[in-house]
Amino acid sequence: MSTLFGSSIKRREDPRLITGKGTFVDDVSLAGMVYAGILRSPYAHAKIKKIDATAARGLSGVLAVYTGADLTDALIPVPCAWNLPNADLKLPPHPHLAVEKVRYVGDGVAMVIAESRAIVRDALDLIDVDYEPLKAVVNPEAALKPGAPVLHADVAGNQAFKWVVAGGDADGAFAKAEVKVALTIKQNRLLPTAMEPRAAVASYNAGTGQLTLWATSQNPHIHRFLCSVMLKLPEHRVRIISPDVGGGFGSKIPAYADEALVAFASMKLGRPVKWTEDRSENYKATIHGRDHVQYVELCGTKAGQITGIRTTVYAGLGAYASTAGPGVPTILHGLMYSGAYTIPNIHGTIYGAYTTTTPVDAYRGAGRPEATYLIERLVDTFARELGADPVEVRRKNFIPQDKFPYTVATGITYDSGNYEGTLDKALGMLDYKGFRAEQAKALKQGRFLGVGVCTYTEICGLGPSQVAGAIGFGGGLYDSAIVRVYPTGMVRVYIGTKPHGQGEETTFAQIVADEFGYPVESVEIVSGDTDNTPQGWGTYGSRTTAVGGTAVKIAAQRVKEKAKKLAAHLLEANERDLEWKDGKFMVRGSPDKAKGFAELALMANVAWNMPAGLEPGLEATAFFDPSNFVYPFGAHLCTVEVDAETGQVKILRYIAVDDCGNVINPMIVDGQVHGGVIQGIGEALQEIAIYDDDGQLLTGTMMDYAVPKASQMPHLELARTVTPSPVNPMGVKGVGETGTIAAAATVVNAVCDALAPLGIRHIDKPLTPATVWAAIQRAKGGAA
Amino acid sequence: MKRSVSLSINGRAHSVDVEPRALLVQVLRDDLYLTGTHIGCDTSQCGACTVLLDGRATKSCTTLAVQAEGHEITTIEGLAQGGELHPMQNAFWEKHGLQCGFCTPGMILSCIDLLESNPDPSEAEIRHAIEGNLCRCTGYQNIVSAVQAAAVAMRGAPVRTTA
Repeated sequence: MSTLFGSSIKRREDPRLITGKGTFVDDVSLAGMVYAGILRSPYAHAKIKKIDATAARGLSGVLAVYTGADLTDALIPVPCAWNLPNADLKLPPHPHLAVEKVRYVGDGVAMVIAESRAIVRDALDLIDVDYEPLKAVVNPEAALKPGAPVLHADVAGNQAFKWVVAGGDADGAFAKAEVKVALTIKQNRLLPTAMEPRAAVASYNAGTGQLTLWATSQNPHIHRFLCSVMLKLPEHRVRIISPDVGGGFGSKIPAYADEALVAFASMKLGRPVKWTEDRSENYKATIHGRDHVQYVELCGTKAGQITGIRTTVYAGLGAYASTAGPGVPTILHGLMYSGAYTIPNIHGTIYGAYTTTTPVDAYRGAGRPEATYLIERLVDTFARELGADPVEVRRKNFIPQDKFPYTVATGITYDSGNYEGTLDKALGMLDYKGFRAEQAKALKQGRFLGVGVCTYTEICGLGPSQVAGAIGFGGGLYDSAIVRVYPTGMVRVYIGTKPHGQGEETTFAQIVADEFGYPVESVEIVSGDTDNTPQGWGTYGSRTTAVGGTAVKIAAQRVKEKAKKLAAHLLEANERDLEWKDGKFMVRGSPDKAKGFAELALMANVAWNMPAGLEPGLEATAFFDPSNFVYPFGAHLCTVEVDAETGQVKILRYIAVDDCGNVINPMIVDGQVHGGVIQGIGEALQEIAIYDDDGQLLTGTMMDYAVPKASQMPHLELARTVTPSPVNPMGVKGVGETGTIAAAATVVNAVCDALAPLGIRHIDKPLTPATVWAAIQRAKGGAA
Repeated sequence: MKRSVSLSINGRAHSVDVEPRALLVQVLRDDLYLTGTHIGCDTSQCGACTVLLDGRATKSCTTLAVQAEGHEITTIEGLAQGGELHPMQNAFWEKHGLQCGFCTPGMILSCIDLLESNPDPSEAEIRHAIEGNLCRCTGYQNIVSAVQAAAVAMRGAPVRTTA
C-alpha cells in the first residue's frame, strides 16, 4: 500500500543545510593540510617560451611549484570519455599543465603548493612566464575555415569531428516541398555557475598506497575511474568522496586537470592538499555550455504538414575535448531533431571545432535545448510563413497519443506521450484566444504583446548500457543501490547516483519506506563515497530517479521477498498464504498471525531461527539497466510585452505544463521545474559568455555574466499531466532538465511573435534590451 | 604581520590572530571552522557569504576581519536557539526554498534582515531585497514563498519546529 509515493513531504536533506551543518568540499580540513593554486594563462593562444618560478619557490611557506614539464611522465593526459564513433573524432592530448603552448585563457600553466591560501596567492604573482602570443579563434565556424589559427598540430583545420544524423530522404523532401523556411541561429555560450565553485582535497597515504580525494562531483565513480587512469593508480586504491555538492548543472561531470593535480601534489609531498577555485577562475577553467552556430531549415506543405528538417551545425568544443564534450552536440542533440513531431525526413551534419576557448561540455539539457530551440523556432517560422496559428501547426504535426512507442526518423523510440494533453491544459490556463484578442487590441495602441509556445520532448533517463557502448560513451549507464536493514529495523540505502540538490535523499527514502511500510524517518540515503556505494554512473541527464531510483525500488523488493520467506518460516505458514497488509506479513484470514518488518529485520540479523537455505542478514543489491531512455514532454507558454522604445522584454505570464510520468514528490518536481525554467529564461534574455577576437573572456566575473536575480525573474505557473513510462516499474521519467530545454524557445518565440508586426522574424538570444532595440531599429530602417 | 582581533560571533567571544588583509569570511571558515558561511564569488555579487553584523545583512567576503572587531556577528550556525529553528529556517524547509543548499545560509540571513525593516513585504519587495543573493537552483519562487510564510509566522505566534 503506497502512502509516501506521490506526497510532498519536506526534504530530509534540509535540516543540515539550513543550519550551516552541511559539508561541502571546501569545508573539509585535515591535519597538516596545505593549499594549492593554479596559475592560468592570460592569453588565449600563445607559445610558452620560459617559466621562471625561482622567486615563487623562494617565498617562505611555499612547498613546491610544478609546471607542465614536471608532469609529463607522472600523469596520463586528461582523457575524453565520449569516443564518438563514425565521426573521424580527433582527440589531441590534454596536458594537466600546458606544455609548450597555452590554448585558452584559463589554461593551467603552473601549480603552487603552500602553507596558506594567502601565500599561494602571493607565490602565483611571483611566477614569471614569457609568452609569445599567437592568433586566437573563438567562433566554431571560423575555426574550421582555411587559414584559421591551428590549436593542435595533429588536428588539421581544428576539426574535432564530423557527425551525420539521417533518416528518410531530406534532400528529396526539400526538392519537392511546397514551403521552405530557414534560419541562422547562434546558441549563446553559457556559464553553468553552480553556486559552489569546484574544489578538491587530496590525501595520499604512502603507507597504504591509498588516495582519498574529496571532490565536487556529480558522478564519483566516473571520477574514481578517470583519476585512477590519470594518476596511474590502481582503481581500488582511489576513493572519491563527494559530500554535499552545491549544484552542478553538468559542470561537475567532467574529470578536470585540477583534481588530478591536487592528488599528484599530495602524493609528491605527503601532505593533504586543498584547492578551491574562486569564481573568476571558475568562469575560465570550469566547462562552458552550448556555443553552436546553426544553419537550419524546415520544409512542409501549404496545409502545414512538416516533411523535413536539415541542419548544418558548428559546435564549439573549446580548446580540448572535455569528458563528454563530443557526445553533447551529436548524440544528445542530433537524435532529437524530430522533437514532438512526425517528421519523416531528417538530415543533420554536425561539425565539432576546437577553438581557443574554455572547453565546452554538458550544461543543463546538454544538446537537447539546442535541438528543441532550433525545432521550435523553425516551427514558428513555418507557421508565420503559412499565416497559420503556431499552436495549430504543432497540433497537426504531433505524434498521436495512440502511436507510442513511436520510432522517429533519427532512429530512437519514444516511450510514451500525450502531447495534445499538455498543450490543451496550458492553453486553457492562459486563455489563449483571449490573449490573442488582447494582443490585437494592444497593437492598435502601438504596444507589442506576444505569446510564445514550445511543445517539447526530450531524451533522458540515460540510458541502456548497450546503447552507451554503441554510441561511444566510455562507461555504462545502468545504476545501482544497496538496501541494508539493521537489526533494529533501521535502513540505510547506498546509491550509485549522486544527488546534489535534486532531493533524492527524500524521494528515494519515500520509495523504500513505502515498500517496507515504514515512516520515512527510518530510511537514510547514502551517496557520494565510492568506498561504500556500489558502482554507478552518477547524476546527470535526468537519470537519477528513472535509473537509480528503480535500482532502489528493486533492491527494496528483494529485501522484502527475503523477509517474506523468513516470515513464513516464523509463522509456520506457507509463503503463498502470506499477504502484506498494514506494514506486516500476515497469514491470510488470520490477522493475529503477523510479522512486522522491524521484527523480521531483527530475526534476520540475529539469525537464531532461519529457514533452511536462507542466509542470515537482510540486505540486497540491485543493478538496474533500463531497456530504453525515457521521454518527458510538455507545453510551455509565455506572454511578453516588448517596450519598442527601449527593447526591454517583460514577461507577463509563464505557464509550464510538464509530463514526467508518475511523480514521487510533487513539491520537489515543481522545484526542479522552477529552477530549470529560470535557467532557460536566463539563457533567453540575459546570459551570454562573450569572448573578444583575441580570446579574452569579457564576462569573466559575476559582475559581467548576468546570472538571473530574483527581481528579474517572473512568477511561474505550473501544472502537470501524468503519462507513465513503460520503461521502468515506477513509471517515472525525469524532470531536472525539462524547464531549461523548453524555456529558451518559449521566451524567444514570444518576443518574435510580439515583434512580427514590425517584420522581425528572428533575433538571436540573449534578448537583452540592446539587442532587441537594435533589431527594432533595423526593422524600421534605422541606422542601428 | 598578524595582529589579534576580538570577534563576538553568535554570542561568543573569540580572539584570533589574523593578517590585516584577511577577510571576515576566511577567518570564520578557516580559523573558527564556522563553515556554514560560504564563498560563491570574488566580486560581492552572490551573497553566499552573508552574515549579520549588528543585525544587518553584510557580505563577509567584502569585510576585513579587523573591521568586524567590536561588532556582534551572527552566522547561520547561530540562528537556531535551544534546538529550535528560527522561523526563517523553518519556512525555507516548509516551502522547499532550497535545493543544493549552498546559497541558503546567506539567503536566510538576508531575508531575516529584510523582515527586520519590512515585516510584511510584497512579492516585488522580497525579490528586490534579495537581489544581492544569487540562487541557481530554485528559480527564487519558493524562496519568495518562504519569506512570505516566515513573515506571517514572525508577525504572529512564532511557528517553531525542533531541528
